[in-house]
Amino acid sequence: MEIPYTVSNRPDTGLWNAKIGIWLFLASEVMLFGALFSAYIFLRIDAAPGTWPHGLLNVPVGTMNTAILIISSVTVVLAWAALKMRRYRAYWWYMLATITCGLIFLTVKLAYEWPQKFEHFGAYIKPDALAKYEKYLGNERRLEKGLEPRIEITGHLHSQNATEYEVALDPVNADPDDPAMDRPHFIPLPVTDKIATIEKADVQRATMFLPTHSAYFASYFTITGLHGLHVLGGVIVFIYMWLPVSKKLYQRNPEHLANRVEVSGLFWHFVDLVWIFVFPLFYLL
Amino acid sequence: MDPSASVETHHDPHSHAGEHEHHELGWWRKYIFSTDHKVIGIQYGLCGLAFLFLGFCLMMLMRWQLAYPGQALPVIGKFLPHIFGPGSMPDGKMTPDFYNSLGAMHGTIMIFLGVVPLAFAAFGNFVVPLQIGAPDMTFPKVNAASFWAFGVGGVIMLISFFVPGGAAKSGWTSYTPLAGIADSGPGHNPVFNGQTLWLIGFIFLITSSLLGAVNFITTIIQLRAKGLTWMRLPFFVWAQFVTAFLLLLAFPPLEAAIVMQLMDRLAHTSFFLPTGLVVNGVPMSISGGGSPLLWQHLFWFLGHPEVYVLILPAFGIVAEILANNSRKPLWGYKSLVFSVLVIGFLSFIVWAHHMWLTGMGSAVSAFFQTTTLLISIPSVIILSAFFISLWGGSIRFNVPMLFTIAFLPMFGIGGLTGIPLAFNSADLYLHDTYYVIAHFHYIVAPGTIFGLFAGVYYWFPKATGRKMSEFWGKVHFWPTLICMNMIFLPMFLQGMAGMHRRWYDGGQGWNVANDHTIWGLTGFQWNHPISWAAWAMGLAQIPFIINFFWSIKHGEKVNDNPWEATTLEWTAPSPPPHGNFVHTPVAYRGPYEYSLPGRERDFTMQNEPVEPAERTRRKPPAEPVLA
Repeated sequence: MEIPYTVSNRPDTGLWNAKIGIWLFLASEVMLFGALFSAYIFLRIDAAPGTWPHGLLNVPVGTMNTAILIISSVTVVLAWAALKMRRYRAYWWYMLATITCGLIFLTVKLAYEWPQKFEHFGAYIKPDALAKYEKYLGNERRLEKGLEPRIEITGHLHSQNATEYEVALDPVNADPDDPAMDRPHFIPLPVTDKIATIEKADVQRATMFLPTHSAYFASYFTITGLHGLHVLGGVIVFIYMWLPVSKKLYQRNPEHLANRVEVSGLFWHFVDLVWIFVFPLFYLL
Repeated sequence: MDPSASVETHHDPHSHAGEHEHHELGWWRKYIFSTDHKVIGIQYGLCGLAFLFLGFCLMMLMRWQLAYPGQALPVIGKFLPHIFGPGSMPDGKMTPDFYNSLGAMHGTIMIFLGVVPLAFAAFGNFVVPLQIGAPDMTFPKVNAASFWAFGVGGVIMLISFFVPGGAAKSGWTSYTPLAGIADSGPGHNPVFNGQTLWLIGFIFLITSSLLGAVNFITTIIQLRAKGLTWMRLPFFVWAQFVTAFLLLLAFPPLEAAIVMQLMDRLAHTSFFLPTGLVVNGVPMSISGGGSPLLWQHLFWFLGHPEVYVLILPAFGIVAEILANNSRKPLWGYKSLVFSVLVIGFLSFIVWAHHMWLTGMGSAVSAFFQTTTLLISIPSVIILSAFFISLWGGSIRFNVPMLFTIAFLPMFGIGGLTGIPLAFNSADLYLHDTYYVIAHFHYIVAPGTIFGLFAGVYYWFPKATGRKMSEFWGKVHFWPTLICMNMIFLPMFLQGMAGMHRRWYDGGQGWNVANDHTIWGLTGFQWNHPISWAAWAMGLAQIPFIINFFWSIKHGEKVNDNPWEATTLEWTAPSPPPHGNFVHTPVAYRGPYEYSLPGRERDFTMQNEPVEPAERTRRKPPAEPVLA
């Protein structure tokens, strides 16, 4: 028994099986990420003033990762085209480039961007204690200018004891009245050496920048985490198709391998597309 | 050599002739880890039936507590604490937590582990490739992966009964923030607790239906036999096609919601936990900023299409059996097809009618009220077409047909009683009462499950080559029909009297203040006949279980087409071999050519070529379309 149209087209639909399968799968993926982005919108609209942070992510690094993913989408198409032209050597190199791009993306995400967040500290100040920390928050000026109030002090946790935190402040809290701090910075500014002492009694809630920190970081880690899993899945599939085991398939039936690259390439483009939404939503807006 | 053939063989170096591959497979590969759609269909079917019975057993336990609240359950009550732990039924008396677990898991098991695997996966897997004349599904390995993902999900759900604290207890809807904080704290494992396992189990179940849905749609698009054009597809295939789309597109938002609830429970985020949440008088240490309403939207975005996932395959089964046993073409085939497509589309934009009481605002309510009433139109078209199909037929009252005929009024009751719930003004009163329970159980219990029973009796000969006993089928049918109605009809009365559906004491306390009688019994007292009917219905399933297993070996042997049906699955041998058909089938005509004038027999199968005399008589092009 054999299943028809695994490699060749069915005449009346003009498609082979896996191509329909992957588009259906992608439709379902659209619904998955669509729901997550909807949740992001829902939570962001609902967020109380001052609770949705801006400018915490490293935009240049995010831009670089965007570029890397786009390049990998190009190389995977070139790999497919090389197979169609039966140039296995070129295919091998393009595939290697794609895999490398995927791995660089993951490394940047997991070894640089996420850990940097885990080291960052934020303390939400109780509403009745906000005035006490006015010199770090600058809310009088913000109120005059009609900006959202600041209710959180961020930076690196220097030390803490039973009653207070000592925080090396972020520039935004070190110099809160500087008009340059009204907008997020494209290139993030380093933590200053200005130390603030915050009494624990005045703090509503203090955590590192973990998913539990806020609705913003909850959605950031969930969505980028799920996206990262998709990148990882794509890389694993690509590695399989790059290994010698797939060369045997190429020698027997090159068109079949080309089809496999095509459907996994479609998946890869989708993963890229998701990132095109993630990047502005979390890094820029 | 055909390139695809070489591809098939490279996976299995031992098989050089693909044709004879199945003879070399061992017992495990053939019956357990099979990639054959028929074996997978039967595996799904057996699991689905077992889970249906388990879910029903949970309900039979609950019915004791509802009828005799606080009293020790005789006999069985002594053993249950040994199975479910001392917190479940100490001295045979059910605890509130155990009652809640039973309720939540009854819903979960019945819907996601019982009806969907049986209606969609089992019948879809077994019947669809045969009906479209395909050798298998397009992706046999994905098909097996789908079944095993379902198996893992099912096992996780079962394990959750035995972890400290017991199974999930926040209802099958797992509304937050209740579900976000349930099963946590002292005495609960952070991961191995009821609610978290419920969520993890669900991820596997969603994966399973995603893989299944992709496979079904691709199979129906790509593997239809030559000549089997879209308008020649049996209605069952159409129903499964639309169902697959519902699963494909409606489940992922729930998966997103489940991932978020998992994050809430494991990483202590606040997707669904609002600011200022206080539990047991203590403010929770969470960031807040979450939205409980968000969960409800995402849940019901699946939850409502899911209702149609439950009913559409039953429509499909009923259509096949109806045409077959009334010996005339299905009335209004095209209207049926377009109705089922419209239902599929509309089912995505009605979800918020489950949320009238959340205060979404009147504009939102008005929109969803309108779409909800619109969706009743195609549903009524389908039911009307089924009724008209009976008109003037020479009806054979065999067991599948009995269940099918019973389906029609039962589904009708369920559908019509849903209309008051669609109006948010009426729903303010009826929401969360037994009226709602009665309404949707009329659709899924005597509705869908009767359709499933009909399907089991109808396709059993195809799977085994033997028929199930007609006599014991009737012994199964009549008590089941009577008990179903004795269970669910009084619930309408209870609900309209104001009985809430989630009371642990079955309404005993409420009864003190509301002791007016309905037909001689108070709302609470009606629990007694309902519970006795439920237990009687449990007994009525014994003839089915015995008949099912007995007939596999000892049933009456029948030929390949015992019902004298027209569709392609009856041209294959019974049971069909690996690869299904002896000769690749070609379809020359529509699916319901019963009682064609001028024919010797009253049925003309889809693979019978068109005769010259017929060609002049019939208008539509009878040439097989190249496929």
